[in-house]
Amino acid sequence: MACYVPSLKHLFRYLMFVSFWNKLSVNQKLAITAWLFLAVPIVFYVCIRFYPTFEAFYVSTFKWNLLGAKKYIGLRNYEKIFADEDFWLVLLNTFKYAGLGVPISLFIAFCVAYFLNEITRWHDFIRALYFIPFLTTAVAMAWVWKWFYQPMPIGYFNFFLNYLGIAQQPFLKSVTQGLYAIMAPAVWAGLGFQVVIFIAGIRAIPRSYYEAAEIDGAGRWQILREITLPSLKPTVIFLTVVSTIGFLRIFDQVYSMTTNGDGGPLSSTKPLVLMIYEFAFDEFKIGRASALTVILFVILLAISMFQLWLMRKKP
Amino acid sequence: MHKYIKKPIVALAAGIVALSASLASAVEIEYWQYTYASRVKAIDTLIESFEAANPGITVKHTHFPYADYRKKVAIAVSAGDGPDVVQLYYGWLNDYRDSGLLQPLSKEAFPHSSIESDFFPMVSTMKVDGDYWGLPTAVRALALFYNKDLFAAAGLPGAPETLDQMVEYAKKLTKKDSDGNNEIVGYATDGGAGQEHHFVREVLTRLYGGAPYSDDGKTVTYNDAAGAKALKFLTDFQMTHKTGASGFMNRGQDAFKAGKAGMVLDGSFRINTFEKAEDLNFGIAELPGHEGNRFNFASYWINGISSKAEGEKLAAANKFLHHITSDAAMQLWLDTVGELPAKPAIALTDENQAHPYFGPFIRGLGYATATAFKSEKPQRQAIIDAIDMVTLQGVSPSDALNKVAKDEQEVLDEYYDN
Repeated sequence: MACYVPSLKHLFRYLMFVSFWNKLSVNQKLAITAWLFLAVPIVFYVCIRFYPTFEAFYVSTFKWNLLGAKKYIGLRNYEKIFADEDFWLVLLNTFKYAGLGVPISLFIAFCVAYFLNEITRWHDFIRALYFIPFLTTAVAMAWVWKWFYQPMPIGYFNFFLNYLGIAQQPFLKSVTQGLYAIMAPAVWAGLGFQVVIFIAGIRAIPRSYYEAAEIDGAGRWQILREITLPSLKPTVIFLTVVSTIGFLRIFDQVYSMTTNGDGGPLSSTKPLVLMIYEFAFDEFKIGRASALTVILFVILLAISMFQLWLMRKKP
Repeated sequence: MHKYIKKPIVALAAGIVALSASLASAVEIEYWQYTYASRVKAIDTLIESFEAANPGITVKHTHFPYADYRKKVAIAVSAGDGPDVVQLYYGWLNDYRDSGLLQPLSKEAFPHSSIESDFFPMVSTMKVDGDYWGLPTAVRALALFYNKDLFAAAGLPGAPETLDQMVEYAKKLTKKDSDGNNEIVGYATDGGAGQEHHFVREVLTRLYGGAPYSDDGKTVTYNDAAGAKALKFLTDFQMTHKTGASGFMNRGQDAFKAGKAGMVLDGSFRINTFEKAEDLNFGIAELPGHEGNRFNFASYWINGISSKAEGEKLAAANKFLHHITSDAAMQLWLDTVGELPAKPAIALTDENQAHPYFGPFIRGLGYATATAFKSEKPQRQAIIDAIDMVTLQGVSPSDALNKVAKDEQEVLDEYYDN
């Protein structure tokens, strides 16, 4: 008998809620439901993403070794970073990865998608072949490529060059070739994703455009230039944004393919993220590492805003 | 009624006291090291004997891959988690100490006089600000591994005794195919990676009459004529003699293991690896000398007590540290892991010195120095960068050393400024 009283109270509250809910309009109900579902990712992002981001801004003004007391030093971390000639080399490397990696990978992905779209036989099988590297972990792939680049007698690439009568190349052991040798598997890994997006983009172009062009007597090249490419602009912008961010954050390949994961030889392959990692976890300079993440954040933000602005300019 | 209440209460109280007493004596401490099969086995054996001798204390043994080791320890201890007793490379001491991850060893449990009389003198590097911060079970030195079959085929009598002989032998051992590609390298160089940067810093520089650092350890001094000769000696294997190339067969040890290298430089911990390689007939010799002198580089892993251990756990941690640095533990470590005992009394027995594999390493300990690293990673990188500058960019050895000495000096200055 005693336990019946609270459930009566609960029943009453439930009825109150139902009468409140029934008074709402459909739009209000939809809004409340939407916000309820949105609340989960919002709470998640605020706790897991935004809070640490702002914490990084805060920590970047301190000298801190992860454990001891934080010592406020204002903008000294930034001054030290900008005075460090290694930082400028690393920044240049990072832009090389993005500046070359993005156009090269987009060009190859478009070519593959364009021709893959023309064939019907084995289309799915070939598309799957391109997509598989995207599913493979970067580290495993980087190790395989590292072995490809070895000198004779174990490296395939040098074995092949030797077969053609060309001298062995140092690849990863070279200050000039190292960065491109690491970029290659990164481009290859992202290709599958880009090909799939391009194919979807090409298929979304209305057939009637092509039919009209053919009736007007346009050639293949003209159709590609006047119809296919302009219609793919949103696809290209999307892929540029996504892969630029990806290349600016390159880490796994460099860490796995260089000796001791040091981004060598002579820091010639070291990207910004690896430098952050070294400051934080090899030297325990958490303040300096945070300052570098803030710099990376600003760069990524600026580039993304610029690319979004390009997208807005559409008529 | 009264006694029916009183009796059970007394019994209950007695039970609680007994229970809490038994809980208090059951202390669990954690020991962390990196995953390396023979080290894991050795510590498991030591934990078994420790727990048998100390009922009421249990030791939880945790190990994970070397690549993540430092990071995980730092993060776990700073979060109030992680090990009570932790194994770390001696070169990392200052990083760990500065980060507050370690506490000094108590002078009562580990009197300085007995540490200084029992252990090899190089362990004094672990005394900072008047306290010892950790003790090794084992120490390591470098030696020259040579492939006996390749030596016999080249008509060489035995391992080189001097630097000049080492070059001469390397030339005789090297074999190339008709296109000039290496088939067998005389000396497998790693471009400073692995143990080779130690060879430049502590061995070659001293053999040519220099010293890597000033006596107080505050100034880099290898950027002089002796250092330049040392750097030239090592890089000439690639540049002039062409008896080896960094990256051939991946690492020097891989080339040697595959029977594709005449000589390689490594520590005693590599004996196990090479013994497992079939068809590899190898010998071990002391590092070559120069003008009658010999030098060697010693290093070790220490066991420290983390800042997290307090009260009963600290007492148990002290006991465990005693146990794993005992004479018996050291002999076990030599037999299981192949690393040399950290006390001369155990290491320098006639039997150990005459051992065909351990002997050259143990004799090397007698003239070895351990670099007092302030921050190991950037200091290691300095020598590797100097080697890369010479071999990849054609910079002269003295210019390369001047450049990296400046970088390394910044590391030292930053340490002493604190």
